[in-house]
Amino acid sequence: MSKRLTNILTPIIAVLLGILVGTIIMLASGYDPAAAYIALWNGAFGDIYYIGEVIRQFTPYILAGLAVAFAFRVGLFNIGVEGQFIVGWTAAVWVGVAFELPRIIHLPLAILAAMIAGALWAYIPGLLKARFRVHEVIVTIMMNYIALHVTNYIIRNVLASKSGDKTDLVKETASLRSELLQSMTDYSRLHWGIILAIICCFIMWFLLEKTTRGFELRAVGFNQHAAQYAGMNVNRNIILSMLISGAFAGLAGAMEGLGTFGYAAVKGGFTGVGFEGIAIALLGANTALGVFFSAILFGILKVGSLNMPLEAGVPNELVNIIIALIVFFVASSYIIRVFLERFSKKGVK
Amino acid sequence: MKKRKIGMALSMVLTAGTLLGACGKADDNGGEKGGEKKDNFSVAMVTDVGGVDDKSFNQSAWEGLQNFGKENGLEKGKGGYDYIQSKSDADYATNLNTLVRQDFDLVYGIGFLMQAAVEEIAQQQKDAHFAIVDAEVQQPNVASILFKEQEAAFLAGVAAALTTKTNHIGFIGGMEIPVIERFESGFLAGVKAAKPEVQVDVQYAGAFDKAEVGQSIASKMYSSGADVIFHAAGATGNGLFKEASDRKAKAPDKDFWAIGVDRDQADMGPEIVLTSALKRVDVAVQDLATKAKDGNFPGGEIVLYGLQEDGVGLAPINDKVANKADIESAVKDWIEKIKSGDVKVPGTREELKSFSVK
Repeated sequence: MSKRLTNILTPIIAVLLGILVGTIIMLASGYDPAAAYIALWNGAFGDIYYIGEVIRQFTPYILAGLAVAFAFRVGLFNIGVEGQFIVGWTAAVWVGVAFELPRIIHLPLAILAAMIAGALWAYIPGLLKARFRVHEVIVTIMMNYIALHVTNYIIRNVLASKSGDKTDLVKETASLRSELLQSMTDYSRLHWGIILAIICCFIMWFLLEKTTRGFELRAVGFNQHAAQYAGMNVNRNIILSMLISGAFAGLAGAMEGLGTFGYAAVKGGFTGVGFEGIAIALLGANTALGVFFSAILFGILKVGSLNMPLEAGVPNELVNIIIALIVFFVASSYIIRVFLERFSKKGVK
Repeated sequence: MKKRKIGMALSMVLTAGTLLGACGKADDNGGEKGGEKKDNFSVAMVTDVGGVDDKSFNQSAWEGLQNFGKENGLEKGKGGYDYIQSKSDADYATNLNTLVRQDFDLVYGIGFLMQAAVEEIAQQQKDAHFAIVDAEVQQPNVASILFKEQEAAFLAGVAAALTTKTNHIGFIGGMEIPVIERFESGFLAGVKAAKPEVQVDVQYAGAFDKAEVGQSIASKMYSSGADVIFHAAGATGNGLFKEASDRKAKAPDKDFWAIGVDRDQADMGPEIVLTSALKRVDVAVQDLATKAKDGNFPGGEIVLYGLQEDGVGLAPINDKVANKADIESAVKDWIEKIKSGDVKVPGTREELKSFSVK
């Protein structure tokens, strides 16, 4: 069996196994799995509104997944996507609220602000890693909390309108929202961000696969020492990859700040988008196309699951279990790979 | 096996088709819906991220809906009464929209977090009726339910001040928002009114769903000498009860009191729960649903629930408190004073500064 086929089959089998075990769990706890999956389906596709919501949901997922995947390809585990996401969200809203500019400048500026904010937030762990070999996992986790509380402080004390816990809506000229898309999907919160997300998928693929810089980045990911021996500047590539990864994450935040919500509010906890991004990147085998499809799957599961308690009486925690199972099976893809190889060998005999 | 799978897939497609068809039909009837009344009044709510079993705010609202359902012989589910839980801020709009699409006659958004979502959807779905708890939305088809939390917290403050032996009390807030500020101000005013020398530590957890944070704050407060702690922090406050129970179990002769919030939280620990500052979300939710059912939906209005309206209050004092009778009579006096308007309980920190009782 070719390597490529194995790469494609592994996540699919992981998803099927996750659904299968989810079915068993539902049967064991006395729920009707068929009704549950139908409810899931209806909750994601039952109405044009829900399709709009699914797309809205997976837009930031794509970008968060790209952020994790990009760093991972260079051998870095960016757990800080959540923090970079929140920082980007706040920065985008800040620009969106504070300035009066024509749309053609304002919107790109807000988006750019989000990307720069996310990139800067990722720059710190990148720098620490490159200079002092501080492990990026620890730093990025810490940076998540710093991001959460710093942005809460800024929102509460600098940006918030009189109500005290959220900003005004971003100006029309900085908004990604579109009357057209909303009316097409019966008032869903679908916005133009999806176009940006798709463009970013393409950029990531092009950057990594088609440019010299991308080759260097990947080389560092494969083997740092070999890359260094070959004359590549490992430290610069580490910092660069974190910057790009952070920019993707910040852009994901802009999707929420300028699109879905249109404002930033004081958060009681993490949004989960950044962490979801880890699972999405993992399921997508850290490739642009893979991330795109796994983000769609996660978006469907997330939005569809909201309908499960109402229509099928199944608690939506069960969907979380299924997602967790899928991630588990992806993470243990080694087992699936071994199994696949065995299977193909038998076929040859 | 394979056959069965194909069969299932087929049946899924078929069911999806029928359901989709049903959706279409429902839309066609949309025009008449406004005019004629259905015999069954249906009502549903969307929880915030705390979930329906947060032992506090959301749960209280759900209890109110259940009572309303029982009273009117409704069944849980579509066409009766139901709830959906939100897992993140992004889910509010989807959930509210889902309920509107299922033709519920009245849809509740529980909690201030949902304000923006309710406001937006109310403008889009002009025929639907909404109610929001703890926030104000100025739309003709939204009723805003607000409480005078400070009055309940004031009574809790009185009870706490009269119970403490160390003259040291704690307050754990969820997030720094106007609602919790009302709790804080009322509580501090109550303590001040009953026993001015008592010291109160105030700390915010920054979240309503982080029991572990609540527990660590409670632990710090008890360690520094506080013996009564009041929380207004939703599910975060569950950590307080855990900490109090743990400490009580280790040192049964010492006092570790906790004061609950929103609903009577005595079930969180018979040994440690002193009382609870009741915010009868259930009463308000049920009351408003009844009004709406009778055709008196207060759209565009703010419905305020205070002591006078039985919307807030104090739960029974724990029997194990030595001076229970004193506390009860003191609380009773204050209730009279508040109801008669002699005492105006401060609802903000600003008002608290100038608050004094003669």
